[in-house]
Amino acid sequence: MLHIPCPHCGLRNETEFHYGAEAGVAYPEPNVLTDSEWAKYLHIRANPKGWLAERWVHFAGCGRWFNLWRNTITHEIGPAYLPFTTQPKKPDNIGQEGLKA
Amino acid sequence: MSEISFSFDDKIYKGHQGEPMVAALLRSGMLSITTSTYHGRPRAVVGLGVEEPNALVQLVSGTKESMLPATVIEVADGLAARSLTGVGALPELPEEARYDKTNRYVDTLVIGAGLAGLKAADEHLRAGREVLLIDDQPKPGGHLRHLGLELPASLRDVLAHKSLTYLCRCTAVGLYDQNYIVAIERRSDHLGNSAPANRARIRVWHIRADQVVLAPGAFQRPLIFSNNDRPGIMLSHAAATYVAVHGVQIFKRAVVATVDNQGYRDALRLHHAGVQVQAIYDARPVAEGSSVDAARATGIPIRFRATVLDTVSDAEGVCESVIIQDLDTNETFQITADLLAISGGWTPIVDLATHIGIKPKWSEAHAAFLVNHSTDRLRTHGMLAGDFGGDDNPSIFFGPELDEEQSRHAYIDLQRDTTLHDLRRAVGAGLNSIEHIKRYTTIGTAHDQGKTSGMLTIGALCQLNGVAQGGKPGLSPADVGTLSFRPPYIPVPFAALAGRERGPLSDPIRITSLHQWHVEAGAIFEDVGQWKRPWYFPKPGECMEDAVRRECVAARQGVAMMDASTLGKIEIQGTDAAVFLDRIYTNMFSTLPEGQCRYGLMCKTDGIVFDDGVTTLLGKNHFLMTTTTGGAARVLAWLEEWLQTEWPDLKVYCTSVTEHISTIALVGPKSRQLLQELVKDIDLSNATFPFMHSREAMIDDIPVRIARISFSGELAFEINVTWGYARHIWERLWAMGRPYDLTAYGTETMHVLRAEKGYIIVGQDTDGTQTPYDLNMSWIVSKKKEFIGKRSFQLPYLKAAGRLQLVGLLSDNGDEVIPEGAYTTELNAHPDEHGKTRHTGFVTSSYYSPALGRAFALALVADGLNRMGEVVAVPFGKKVLRATICDAVFIDKENIRRD
Amino acid sequence: MTNTHDTLSPGTIGRRRAATFPEQPPRLWKSVKPKKAYDAVIVGGGGHGLATAYYLAKNHGLTNIAVLEKGWLAGGNTARNTTIIRSNYLWDESAAIYEHSLKLWETLEEDLGYEMFFSQRGVLTLAHSVSDVRSKRRNLYANALNGIDSEWLTPAEVKKLVPIINISEDVRYPVHGATYQPRGGIAKHDWVAWGFAKAASDLGVDIIQGCEVTGFDIKNNKVQGVQTNLGSIAAGKVGMVGAGHSSLLANLAGFSIPIQSRPLQALVSPLLEQVLNTVVMSGAVHVYVSQAHKGELVMGAGTDAFNSYAQRGGFHVIEHQLAAALELFPIFSRAHVLRTWGGVVDVSPDASPIMGLTPVENLFLNCGWGTGGFKATPASGWVMAYTVAHGRPHELNQAFALDRFVTGHLIDEHGAAGVAH
Ligand SMILES: Cc1cc2nc3c(=O)[nH]c(=O)nc-3n(C[C@H](O)[C@H](O)[C@H](O)COP(=O)(O)OP(=O)(O)OC[C@H]3O[C@@H](n4cnc5c(N)ncnc54)[C@H](O)[C@@H]3O)c2cc1C
Ligand SMILES: [Zn+2]
Repeated sequence: MLHIPCPHCGLRNETEFHYGAEAGVAYPEPNVLTDSEWAKYLHIRANPKGWLAERWVHFAGCGRWFNLWRNTITHEIGPAYLPFTTQPKKPDNIGQEGLKA
Repeated sequence: MSEISFSFDDKIYKGHQGEPMVAALLRSGMLSITTSTYHGRPRAVVGLGVEEPNALVQLVSGTKESMLPATVIEVADGLAARSLTGVGALPELPEEARYDKTNRYVDTLVIGAGLAGLKAADEHLRAGREVLLIDDQPKPGGHLRHLGLELPASLRDVLAHKSLTYLCRCTAVGLYDQNYIVAIERRSDHLGNSAPANRARIRVWHIRADQVVLAPGAFQRPLIFSNNDRPGIMLSHAAATYVAVHGVQIFKRAVVATVDNQGYRDALRLHHAGVQVQAIYDARPVAEGSSVDAARATGIPIRFRATVLDTVSDAEGVCESVIIQDLDTNETFQITADLLAISGGWTPIVDLATHIGIKPKWSEAHAAFLVNHSTDRLRTHGMLAGDFGGDDNPSIFFGPELDEEQSRHAYIDLQRDTTLHDLRRAVGAGLNSIEHIKRYTTIGTAHDQGKTSGMLTIGALCQLNGVAQGGKPGLSPADVGTLSFRPPYIPVPFAALAGRERGPLSDPIRITSLHQWHVEAGAIFEDVGQWKRPWYFPKPGECMEDAVRRECVAARQGVAMMDASTLGKIEIQGTDAAVFLDRIYTNMFSTLPEGQCRYGLMCKTDGIVFDDGVTTLLGKNHFLMTTTTGGAARVLAWLEEWLQTEWPDLKVYCTSVTEHISTIALVGPKSRQLLQELVKDIDLSNATFPFMHSREAMIDDIPVRIARISFSGELAFEINVTWGYARHIWERLWAMGRPYDLTAYGTETMHVLRAEKGYIIVGQDTDGTQTPYDLNMSWIVSKKKEFIGKRSFQLPYLKAAGRLQLVGLLSDNGDEVIPEGAYTTELNAHPDEHGKTRHTGFVTSSYYSPALGRAFALALVADGLNRMGEVVAVPFGKKVLRATICDAVFIDKENIRRD
Repeated sequence: MTNTHDTLSPGTIGRRRAATFPEQPPRLWKSVKPKKAYDAVIVGGGGHGLATAYYLAKNHGLTNIAVLEKGWLAGGNTARNTTIIRSNYLWDESAAIYEHSLKLWETLEEDLGYEMFFSQRGVLTLAHSVSDVRSKRRNLYANALNGIDSEWLTPAEVKKLVPIINISEDVRYPVHGATYQPRGGIAKHDWVAWGFAKAASDLGVDIIQGCEVTGFDIKNNKVQGVQTNLGSIAAGKVGMVGAGHSSLLANLAGFSIPIQSRPLQALVSPLLEQVLNTVVMSGAVHVYVSQAHKGELVMGAGTDAFNSYAQRGGFHVIEHQLAAALELFPIFSRAHVLRTWGGVVDVSPDASPIMGLTPVENLFLNCGWGTGGFKATPASGWVMAYTVAHGRPHELNQAFALDRFVTGHLIDEHGAAGVAH
């Protein structure tokens, strides 16, 4: 049960949110793309081990989409930010409370 | 403490209310309480609490739960239990106990109410923080309780602090990300017969803490030697506690084998309680400390560099004497003892910390894995952090060297009956990871999850590698690492975790405002997502088929009425609403005139049909979209996602109004006449109120919105009204409709009617692989604009020839309803050499049509639109039907009836 | 079901001893250090990687090969799965490969000379609504045409097969029927991997643990070998069989694949007297349960919503799982959750595997099995070995090529449930 900081509502339990995978994949101009470029937009999203900027929507709260840095190894939560705002820099790999000695 | 009686394996025992069951059993001389799971050897209690590997019982009273260690069962009047040999039983009797769950946010959660935990709680309270203190024992004090000591006054004050909540019998079972802790509180078992019936037996706590303090203490560990499983061999701390605190007097002569000073402390307690401690055998070369001095002072013989090698039993398999080995000379001798108390060092309870990935660190000085952790969010205290109290000095010793024969009886995991021999075999088989060894030997997989055996396994591995490399440990436990611990820390009943989410509460039930009417009318319901929808309305004596035929006939010939309120409804407003819908739907909505409705289809980016429904332009920049019943939430989420994350420049606002507006579909040639009787303010005639138009009107001073939408091809009106008025309108229609023989119908009839007209249900006539073209709906794909999914229609496979296309299907035998889901094949198709038969498509919807007087079906058939009139085979079960491909519209292709 | 405990009286009646396992062989596999070069290396020593190596050696005579595993052998999803085996998949392409797998399972113990407790106790897949019944029946008809054993059971027949199941109408989502595949079942996951490892090792395959691939040597778009924490290893051909870590491997080789890594959890109870002799799955209410050979209940839970490599998931997923299980099996209420754990599953867009060639020559890919690849272990190894040996896909994995995401020819096996074991 992650504790996710909704930029509008504050910290809430994960079950109030839905996941939206990698953040910042803009809808491309479809008609100028080759099939494989279009397929990439359709199906490929980042899946790194470590920090991932990803999308969440607070569906059972304010209903707003936002982006979040989260570490896929430690589940540490980094800064949240609104769509179309500057992405905060990738957090240092300090590890979550559990792992930071 | 009040005297109570309880039963164990049919015999009645006396005990003190609240004491551990094993204590009462031991006091009465009941030592061997079970036989081991695989080897059938007699076994007795070894430990003090949840680490107990042997003494598993099943309750025969109360909940009849099984696989409980008798060390943690508090005796109460009426308690009855039976012994188990490692296999539990599930009673079939219905569970009557209640279980509940609660959530708590706290500043500080302290896990463990021993000295370390209480001190930590005190500090946090002084810092002005609110503290939740949980402990799995019935009373606070941790080790103090085992020593029979009272809490110091200062710590009693801590417990009385107004900002402290203390939960006893509450075990933290899992530590999760961001300081989320799950704890299990046992609330009534200890009360036996006097437990209030309405009290939740177990409460599951979901705790989110700003700071977590882990002070769970440690388990004492045994040693590996031959025949180390005999009744009478116990952890020294447990033995001393049962004897000194619980008045167990069955042991006369004890031998203590130790690797640390704890053995001395326990020897002293045994000695003072009247047990003759014949000697302390200490694996270390020397020992210092106050406890050693005190033991010396009592005259207990102490021998260094000596340990237990083997034991000898009486006829019952109970320990009778002990074989001691001098670790320098390897000489052995035998000494009688009915109690062999073992102190093999401490194993701090690292389990919770490892749940979130903390790696315990091996400490040579403590001969233990520790978690010494101190961040703003998580701290460890007490033994877990290495605070062993200053008088311990353990050596890293897990047992003497054993030959092959001895190793066969040197148990590592008592519950699983796994021995040093098994472990050596695993290593011999080429395994060197502790995880492999665990899996090969099953060590650590029983109810206790290796609480005592885990560290022995690590020790034995180190020893083995030492042997291989000439006697000196070649591996340190630091190299081996710990077994992985996973939640829960102790076994938890399924029922506790299910809580109250059972039966009707297991998933929300959604009902419409007309639900009660349907119930009263005797409707049979079907589950559509979380909704309960009337499936059909049987009259007395009618079967489903009868009812559906009657309902269909009414809709096509008279007038019938359905509750369509579960349709998803989304209000879409804003200056860019039309632009937005143009992008969402495959067809155009910006051209829709006010007061008119249009059917729309939406695709995902991959070009696959995703939902459909009718959208109405209610007023300027104000649409009302309807979606499928199951798709409502998905579609709203879809719209919001695009608006918020791609097109924030669009001024559009979406609101779900599904449960604000009830929808009643009034269908049939007589629907206009009937409705006009109730609607006085507008003219319902086709000329003034054409198809796919929407009008505001009043029924009995209640504002309604009426739309000429038809999901059956019949003349039909959808009456939309505020949720709370729906029953009034429905009943008014019902009453007025009596002369028309107005008939209520359910989803089954709706399906027949819509399928007769070739209208699809997304999810039934599609399976997540259809484009609009496949559904013969090229007319709905706008060439003039961009919309979501359009690009994907250009992908090779989506425009390939031979795709499955929606067609009608008529079986040769009109009485035969083809099963839905059945496949079509070529007429003379046969299984190939692999037993496979090529198919050409499948039936999506199939019904008997009273209007057609025969069965009919919709199907997705390869290249179907180009194969009209062809005959296909439909094999299913042992049958093969012949059917002819035809247009998917069976009724009123000219759209005459709807007006 | 014989029931000695519904009238539990104090005493020792009904006490039963747990079943024992056959002894493990005295030697499993040889752990070795890597050589400088191999004809082929397989990255990932899970069940699929080991099976690939075994069939490369056995079917194609390639023995100068190595399996590189970054952790302990088969410690990934192979060691964490709930071992449901069945072949009654909907689409022809899936049915073909899973059925090939089931056929291999049926002789695997003999073939490998190694017992793995493959038990064809049948798999029951429940339907809970009118539409659920419709799609399950379609599945049934599809299976029939594919020559796969599959039967329809009414609720009463379900009850007969699984007496402890609750088929009453007062359940939130009552049982409307079920498909049943008698040849489905379970096996002991570790032993499956060990059996392949032993057999491969016996044929001369090098099994190298603690060897993490950290890069690929690629020249002229042709793979030359791999870089690892134990140094560079040259290889004429490389197979990537990294399950949840596959997208990372692809990235190291310079391309992207449509894989998201998600936690999938499971749990186990202590040993219990036998109450369940069949595997029961219910996608609609999320129950996947069997009672393993020794008597523990093994249950699969759902995936967590987010990407993760942590091999653990949220507890709410487990709680939800148990609530669902008790709806169907009230008798489980007093069973204990002994242990929960998570794996990292490789989820593809259409819930079907991705197997075959990659943009890099001589580099082959096998992943995307997600929540349901254990059952495919033998066949996956079989066709992957063929693909590596011949440099082109076997007919059974042709449809599962990476380029289906460009052509749009997806094989959508999502069915009713998000999790398809
Ligand atoms: C909880 C759970 C329940 C499941 N239940 C079922 C079920 O009931 N039925 C079913 O059919 N399937 C089930 N599955 C799915 C099944 O386990 C997987 O699909 C299958 O095991 C994948 O096999 P594998 O051998 O490829 O994966 P793995 O066993 O994960 O093997 C991949 C290996 O690659 C290694 N690796 C990765 N990267 C590198 C690198 N860079 N260098 C070296 N090595 C590397 C990993 O360490 C790992 O050992 C379940 C999965 C989980 C997690
Ligand atoms: Zn919010």
